[in-house]
Amino acid sequence: MSEAAAPVVRLDHVVKTYRSGAIEVAAIRDISLDIPAHRFAMIIGPSGSGKTTLLNLIGCIDAPSAGRIEVCGEAVGLLSDNALADFRARNIGFIFQGFSLVPVLSAYENVEYPLLLVGMNAPERRRRTLATLEAVGLAAQGGQRPNELSGGQKQRVAIARALVKQPTIVLADEPTANLDSANGAAIIALMRQMQAEQRTTFIFSTHDPQLISHSEKTFVIRDGTLLEHRAEGAPVGTAGADATSRSDQRVGGAA
Amino acid sequence: MLFKIAFRNILRNRRRSLMTGSAVAVGAMAMLVFGCYISYIFAAFETGLVQRIGHLTVFRSGYFVFGAGNPAAYGIDGYQGTMKLIGNDPVLRPLIRVLTPTQSLLGIAGNFSGGNNAAKTFLGVGVIPSDKEHMRQWNEYGAAQPYVPDTRLADDALQRGLIGGGMARILGLCQALKLTDCPTPPASQEAAAPAAPVDQSITDLARSELGSGEAHATGMPRLDLLAATASGAPNVVSLDVAGVAQQGVKELDDNYVLMPLGLAQQLVYGRGEHKATGIVLQLNRSEDLKAARARLNALIGDHHLDLEVRDFAELTPFYGQVIRLFDAIFLFITLIMGVIVLFAVVNTMTMNVMERTNEIGTIRAMGVRRNGIRAQFVVEGALLGAIAATVGVVLAFGVAAAINRARFTWVPPGNANAVPFLLSMPADSPPLLLGTWLGLVLVATLAALLPANRAARLPVVDALRHV
Repeated sequence: MSEAAAPVVRLDHVVKTYRSGAIEVAAIRDISLDIPAHRFAMIIGPSGSGKTTLLNLIGCIDAPSAGRIEVCGEAVGLLSDNALADFRARNIGFIFQGFSLVPVLSAYENVEYPLLLVGMNAPERRRRTLATLEAVGLAAQGGQRPNELSGGQKQRVAIARALVKQPTIVLADEPTANLDSANGAAIIALMRQMQAEQRTTFIFSTHDPQLISHSEKTFVIRDGTLLEHRAEGAPVGTAGADATSRSDQRVGGAA
Repeated sequence: MLFKIAFRNILRNRRRSLMTGSAVAVGAMAMLVFGCYISYIFAAFETGLVQRIGHLTVFRSGYFVFGAGNPAAYGIDGYQGTMKLIGNDPVLRPLIRVLTPTQSLLGIAGNFSGGNNAAKTFLGVGVIPSDKEHMRQWNEYGAAQPYVPDTRLADDALQRGLIGGGMARILGLCQALKLTDCPTPPASQEAAAPAAPVDQSITDLARSELGSGEAHATGMPRLDLLAATASGAPNVVSLDVAGVAQQGVKELDDNYVLMPLGLAQQLVYGRGEHKATGIVLQLNRSEDLKAARARLNALIGDHHLDLEVRDFAELTPFYGQVIRLFDAIFLFITLIMGVIVLFAVVNTMTMNVMERTNEIGTIRAMGVRRNGIRAQFVVEGALLGAIAATVGVVLAFGVAAAINRARFTWVPPGNANAVPFLLSMPADSPPLLLGTWLGLVLVATLAALLPANRAARLPVVDALRHV
């Protein structure tokens, strides 16, 4: 797969520390990386390694303690809170481990919600919502509330909600963790298909080997440090041809 | 979407919403029913006063402050001309329902008939009976019946009048007037005698002038009324007592004498020029009071008349006291209800924010601004308040209708007779209805603002991590 465009995500010496009482805990330690567009990228590592924090920083829902983050070519650290919210509404879709659907809204309304945030007109909103529900195989379940759906169906709604606005990036935090293996496989296949259709960049945080096997770009982190980066097909734990284990060097880019 | 989510969340937390909504609804109902009650009290009180003393009274300057001690000295010269001036004024004419003179006086009333020898001071009012009757029919607020009893006097009965129940008791007229609940004083106890022994000169004067104590054709008990004329000479007239006009205030009831204007003028002015101490204006509508008063003052100023104008509230300080008392009670109840609603909604919305923290994080991540989160919870509080306040309004209508149907009676302040107790319906007081509804919705909205602000300030990642 060739990559000519600028990376869709660029992290430059990003640090994230939390204060827990008098102790300062480093969740992300000086990470620099590029994620090219239109990829199925994975951030992997053990629990507590900083995967979710890194995903949050890329998703502009958390701010780094130091360093610079560019998403879709925008230096997001310079944006106000409202501008960041608008930026997320336009460019980033989220898929959460626990589905996080709005419980009082039907599947249709959950999927439609992001389109309201970008001010889309009603006919186009309806067309897109129905098409996306159809694409995830839930055309018949549009009127059902989340509590009337199975886990797999909920995650399909979450995927539809993330993709309906055709964002540049979809961030998915452990999207298969709450699903059995059959449902997990189906969800992965669905996301693969949607990514192929919409050319969206998917960035996952996961431990799921089934999902990792689909990776086109993998970033391994431990204790907040980027250990390695490998291209599609390379086994986890060995640095690929363009990989580096040095956090002071930029990793990623075209693979 | 904002309203859809708010409404569905209210329904989703049914029990909690029901409890909070009940507090708001009961608050709205209590405020409205009490508001209707005091609206009725105010209307009844005003109606009673306007039926009795009209809206405005024109006095000679200084009468209001000093005239009670010597009303005769404050007679309006040429009062009939002044009445013409007022009655013919193109601004005032359409506003006025009754324009009538009155004469107040002080004197001594004696009952020397049938071997009685009782006398006491009295506070007299001379009126034109037909005007008085017309005044008691004033009914701007739809009272079930006049609050002022019928005087049963006629303009051509020149010597006929009424006295207070206390006056009748003190002067030993209970039997003669066939009054029930009117004890006869024990004859043997001097201390409990109805009135002090009468100076022989008064008795003599009365007898010499009027032949008091003699039988008279009307069959009514007769009182001799003695007063000093405006020129200072003593004067006496006879009054046939047609009945009793019970007064709600004991001091007045013990001293009250109502008589035809002509008789009062004869007593006060003798053969001199007949004056009146007041010119009473009863308006068609109370809302014209300010305009009528302003016009009267303008007329008085333009014609350089030595007169002043007082309204019924000034003439009855008790009216203002009652209004202020009920207003204070209403304010107190409103504050209590407001605080209850405030805490109930704050509590509910705080729990909602806690329960939906993850949802807040999710929609913030999706691109909802902080203000969007704030608006979501504020709308939810406002909607809950609006629904519950509407239920409260409906309940208030039901309770008011039920109370009115129960046909209770009561004695309005200053009255002696029971009248039907009828609450004003909430719809009759749009400011009260709207104010209560809007007030409670506003309190609910403000109460939601605090938890809504907390929700809006939540960091997205913290909200997403919340379990």
